[in-house]
Amino acid sequence: MAINADTRQAEHLESGRAAAYDLPDASGHFGPYGGLFVPETLMHPLEELRLAYERCKADPDFQAEMDADLRDYVGRPSPLYHAERWSRELGGAQIYLKREDLNHTGAHKVNNTIGQALLAKRMGKTRIIAETGAGQHGVASATVAARLGLECVVYMGEVDVARQEANVYRMRLLGARVVPVTSGSRTLKDALNEAMRDWVTNIDDTFYIIGTVAGPHPYPMMVRDFQTVIGREARAQMLERTGRLPDALVACVGGGSNAIGLFHPFIADTDVAIYGVEAGGAGIETGHHAAPLCAGRPGVLHGNRTYLMEDDNGQIIETHSISAGLDYPGVGPEHAWLKDSGRAQYVSITDDEALAAFHHLTRTEGIIPALESSHALAYAHKLAPTLRPDQSILVNLSGRGDKDMHTVARHDGLVL
Amino acid sequence: MSRIAQRFEQLKAQGRTALIPFVTAGDPGPATTVPLMHAMVEAGADIIELGVPFSDPMADGPVIQRATERALAQGVRLADVLEIVRAFRERDNETPVVLMGYLNPIEIMGYTAFAERANAAGVDGALIVDLPPEEGHELVTTLKAQGLDLVYLLAPTSTEDRIRRIGTVASGFVYYVSVKGVTGAANLDTADVAEHLARIRATVDLPVGVGFGIRDAETAARVAEVADAVIVGSAIVGRIEALVETPERIPETVGAFLAELRAAIDSVR
Repeated sequence: MAINADTRQAEHLESGRAAAYDLPDASGHFGPYGGLFVPETLMHPLEELRLAYERCKADPDFQAEMDADLRDYVGRPSPLYHAERWSRELGGAQIYLKREDLNHTGAHKVNNTIGQALLAKRMGKTRIIAETGAGQHGVASATVAARLGLECVVYMGEVDVARQEANVYRMRLLGARVVPVTSGSRTLKDALNEAMRDWVTNIDDTFYIIGTVAGPHPYPMMVRDFQTVIGREARAQMLERTGRLPDALVACVGGGSNAIGLFHPFIADTDVAIYGVEAGGAGIETGHHAAPLCAGRPGVLHGNRTYLMEDDNGQIIETHSISAGLDYPGVGPEHAWLKDSGRAQYVSITDDEALAAFHHLTRTEGIIPALESSHALAYAHKLAPTLRPDQSILVNLSGRGDKDMHTVARHDGLVL
Repeated sequence: MSRIAQRFEQLKAQGRTALIPFVTAGDPGPATTVPLMHAMVEAGADIIELGVPFSDPMADGPVIQRATERALAQGVRLADVLEIVRAFRERDNETPVVLMGYLNPIEIMGYTAFAERANAAGVDGALIVDLPPEEGHELVTTLKAQGLDLVYLLAPTSTEDRIRRIGTVASGFVYYVSVKGVTGAANLDTADVAEHLARIRATVDLPVGVGFGIRDAETAARVAEVADAVIVGSAIVGRIEALVETPERIPETVGAFLAELRAAIDSVR
């Protein structure tokens, strides 16, 4: 992995790097993945959304408004933190954390909701809906809705409502109506179904803010574009701090929005290894996990073709993860493509390994990470000792762990 | 000519509007569906739509979601639905059967395997809710090679371009979704439906069925004034749900409701 820092720096300074990667195609496909698999009622509204998004993307005023919001409201750029004590202890690569946990509302999710809410406003929509698993995307949606004076309804599986009560209360404080979803497995996938049903019914005044890089085109592309601020900042910060690019990127993957946000600006940097970390739950071999890229197969769900957790009859199966935000049977189609193309590797981390990493970072660096992000940390913990101290790993610390206090305490036999 | 096209030809010659009931296959149990299908034909159904259970029915309202969950809990999968059709064909070789469902179970079975097995079982067509023409080319080709029709939805939000595009790939009939919403949604607006149907007929040379929101004889009659087929789903499935404890009463109860719809539809020809 010999890296010429000067060359890298020069490349970075050039406005356009080699455009080796230009997906999705015009019809929203990443190779065989992605696309538009929705009922007819949604086809034209999705086309309108795509056109509105493309207009905004090309509009300097929109970009300026968004940049100002990301700076003044979200608190960007988020810091790059060198976890020196942890790195030293492991004796391998230097670990850098991209501190998305320091964003307003406590996770990367707000990068996307800021963008989509501004788009909703431009499109004249007065009502926004969202699905949520852990509640972070619901909170981020309720937050921007409060700020823009939009009505907000958040769909959340009944199971998640019970395990994320603090976030439910936050959403309600922000003025959102939280609707517990009681169909199917009563988790994130069912919340997404219910949000789709709402959208198809209220299409005229409603904007659906999808929280991850899944769903029908243009969502995987649009959410990615809003989240790539993570990777663009981190790339520049690494160059500035270390004079070179990291040797590896690590991020957790549920739907995969924080991961694609970090990975995307590095895809053309072929010397940078990319690792996406799925939720291994009780272990891949037990079947109780949420790792479609590691142990699933391609299918069609929620408007796109991607890797899924499904049975031999094409029924979606229930997933398991200690982290509600990773408890999803699908994954963004761009990750499916990155896996098949070999550009990124997808691995899994069990509940127990994630919990150990949660405690370890808390004690070693004084940072309490989200359980989702703890999966990425746990993989970095394994990876770092295999690299040299002059090499580096960039981990996306996608969210903070305040919301997980009850889950972790319960696991430790305590009731808060 | 496909069984569906033949059926519409006959109805046209008789000056009648088709009645198309929808039930979820295997709801509340796999043994109920075949007798129910026969009872529906006896009560005046012209074509039967059979729902294929899927774990994530995102276009369906609560009534059909619950039917789907009941069928899945009984272990009813796509292969079992094909077996139900095969068993129905032992006594009825006339009434067209259209499978309605979502793409993923068909993806897993494989397009070719599905088309062959469906054809062998006596299925006449499929309506895949989450497969727009943009993504459907391969499946359309595969189904057509087996003589199966691919029925498409049209919606109040469909533009002229989309209507034209769907008109070129659809066969059998097209299904106009009368309201923005999920199955079993609020009441439809007949005047609005008539206006949309006129737009569709100007472009699409296929019979046009209307569904979503038809819950009683009166609405069925009003829709029959403008449509080639009246499609009723949630109102039937709701009656099935009320009888899950006494499934032996389902064919008779649903049959009586369909007879009521049949009479109302025939009264306006």
